[in-house]
Amino acid sequence: MTDAILEVEGLRKNFGEATAVRDVSFSLPPAGALAIVGESGSGKTTVARMIVGLERPTAGRVTACGRDRSQPARSARERRDRGGQVQIVFQDPYSSLDPRQSPAAAVEEVLRLHTRLDRGRRRARVAELADLVGLDERQMAALPSRLSGGQRQRVAIARALAAEPRILILDESVAALDVSIQAQVLNVLADVRERTGVAYLFISHDLAVVRQVTDDVVVMRHGAIVERGPTDRVLDAPEHPYTQLLRASVPRPGWQVPKTR
Amino acid sequence: MNDLLRISGLTVRLPLDGEMRTVLSDVSLSIAAGEAVGLVGESGSGKSMTARSIVRLLPPGALVEGTIRYRGNDVPSLRGQRLRDLRSSVSMVFQDPRAHINPVRTVGDFLTEALRVNQRVARREAEGRAVRVLDEVGVADGPRRLRQYPHELSGGLLQRVMIAAALLTEPHLLLADEPTTALDVTTQAEVMAILDELRRERGLAMLFITHDLELAAAVCDRTAVMYAGRVMEIRASALLHDHALHPYTAALAAARPSLERRAERLVTTPGRPLSAFEAPDGCPFSTRCPHVRQRCHDERPDLRPLDGGQVACVRAEELAVSHD
Ligand SMILES: Nc1ncnc2c1ncn2[C@@H]1O[C@H](COP(=O)(O)OP(=O)(O)OP(=O)(O)O)[C@@H](O)[C@H]1O
Ligand SMILES: Nc1ncnc2c1ncn2[C@@H]1O[C@H](COP(=O)(O)OP(=O)(O)O)[C@@H](O)[C@H]1O
Ligand code: SF4
Ligand SMILES: [Mg+2]
Ligand SMILES: [Mg+2]
Repeated sequence: MTDAILEVEGLRKNFGEATAVRDVSFSLPPAGALAIVGESGSGKTTVARMIVGLERPTAGRVTACGRDRSQPARSARERRDRGGQVQIVFQDPYSSLDPRQSPAAAVEEVLRLHTRLDRGRRRARVAELADLVGLDERQMAALPSRLSGGQRQRVAIARALAAEPRILILDESVAALDVSIQAQVLNVLADVRERTGVAYLFISHDLAVVRQVTDDVVVMRHGAIVERGPTDRVLDAPEHPYTQLLRASVPRPGWQVPKTR
Repeated sequence: MNDLLRISGLTVRLPLDGEMRTVLSDVSLSIAAGEAVGLVGESGSGKSMTARSIVRLLPPGALVEGTIRYRGNDVPSLRGQRLRDLRSSVSMVFQDPRAHINPVRTVGDFLTEALRVNQRVARREAEGRAVRVLDEVGVADGPRRLRQYPHELSGGLLQRVMIAAALLTEPHLLLADEPTTALDVTTQAEVMAILDELRRERGLAMLFITHDLELAAAVCDRTAVMYAGRVMEIRASALLHDHALHPYTAALAAARPSLERRAERLVTTPGRPLSAFEAPDGCPFSTRCPHVRQRCHDERPDLRPLDGGQVACVRAEELAVSHD
């Protein structure tokens, strides 16, 4: 428990009268992969935004890499350090990149900001990161408008990894991708975790994808966690009725449409 | 033939960046009365263009070749009242309900408009019918819903309203273009249940478009798989996952992670899905196919009967043999 790289305790978020997140606690070990699953509006993104500091918790605590992140950073340096430790990749590969910047330039910019590498080393590191996510030199030099959705999402992942985060939050980052591209990106994510030891907080509503990518899972409903455990256990033998319903609703070979009445 | 719809050799070109680009190439597909046919493929493969061709809702400037016959009538030559009749007999449901409903008008106005304007049904009568159809798609408090605005309804509820709207004209064929892609899985299951029930109770035929082979299999007797504007395979839906005839279908099935067990590594296909105008000569899948041979480049494989289905791959027999 104590050696967790990310620890979230009693997290709560109110938006006016409404409570979007209530009493959410979990921890993520170094190089681990934890899924947050749940349906639209269950509070997954709000949890992620509080972890990266885009939203201030109403109550509770976020500790990443041993440091409390629940309060605003006190200096520019602390802000930068925090940014380097935790990176986030969002769902939409079309809006997350600057349309005027090539992937190579975008990754290089992050390296300049977050590392002390000199110019030559930065160039070498850009090539390494491109290789890690499976993009070639031509794609790294192209403008985002020339890249497919899957390629852009790989650029977003490469850019996030350039900051050498210990924790990468992926918020529905593969949901919009075509099946054949999604499979490529999922394999890349597995490779990257194995090769760099980065930990994933993987937000998704897709249980099959969650099975493929994560070790543990928490299931959220109406802002609260209703079930948690190793991914295989939760998917093989879900205990909470809501998790059972989620699992039963996923189309799979031999799946029958449920009867209405 | 007693086909309700019969498409043969459909080729569609659209103006794109100042050039005419092929988006559908030689598509052939038929649907019998009361039959549900799945149309599966990745983005840009031409699923939506196929559906829009059927109801003549292609973008301006489209060039259409081939034949589309609906109940024996030649669709491209329909005009005036006959075209309106086609559009009330063939209804469409789209992926994103919010993009297809006017946000400042009530659900009731939306639902009754076509009846009141096209069929001159009185408002009260139209509203009565709307409430009955809402009930049929599982929306119980119809009279209250009619007074609500789209933003007051959840995505799942709004999609049911769209399905209700599609049913109000008493169609014989429903074109459902990814009707559940924007919905949560539990809501998706509910909407699928409604579509399946309508099909059985009303004898409604359906073209069900999705990128999910399993979802198609749950409601469709047969499924057609598209790639680069062409049909690669048509087969009994239940057989597609494990007994695909076409390498592209097999690749699609393999790429999708399983809910039951984690794969050591997903089997991937290099590259990305292509649109028709980007596809190479010969087999459109040849740039990505693990089984490609020289002859795949030499001729464009036609869709031909095999093993109870149809397939467009020159090596289908030998590959099917080596599977077993
Ligand atoms: N800035 C905000 N102001 C008010 N309410 C908000 C705000 N952000 C989120 N909410 C509400 O908080 C709840 C949780 O939203 P959140 O975006 O975290 O859900 P989610 O689980 O990520 O859903 P999805 O799967 O659709 O992405 C929802 O009811 C949402 O409408
Ligand atoms: N309005 C349009 N004008 C020109 N080309 C279009 C238009 N809409 C779609 N296309 C092109 O037609 C092809 C098929 O698209 P579509 O039928 O929408 O695919 P799918 O529904 O399978 O994702 C794609 O190459 C797409 O870019
Ligand atoms: S025709 Fe050749 S390239 Fe095309 S799917 Fe068959 S084996 Fe592959
Ligand atoms: Mg979200
Ligand atoms: Mg489409």
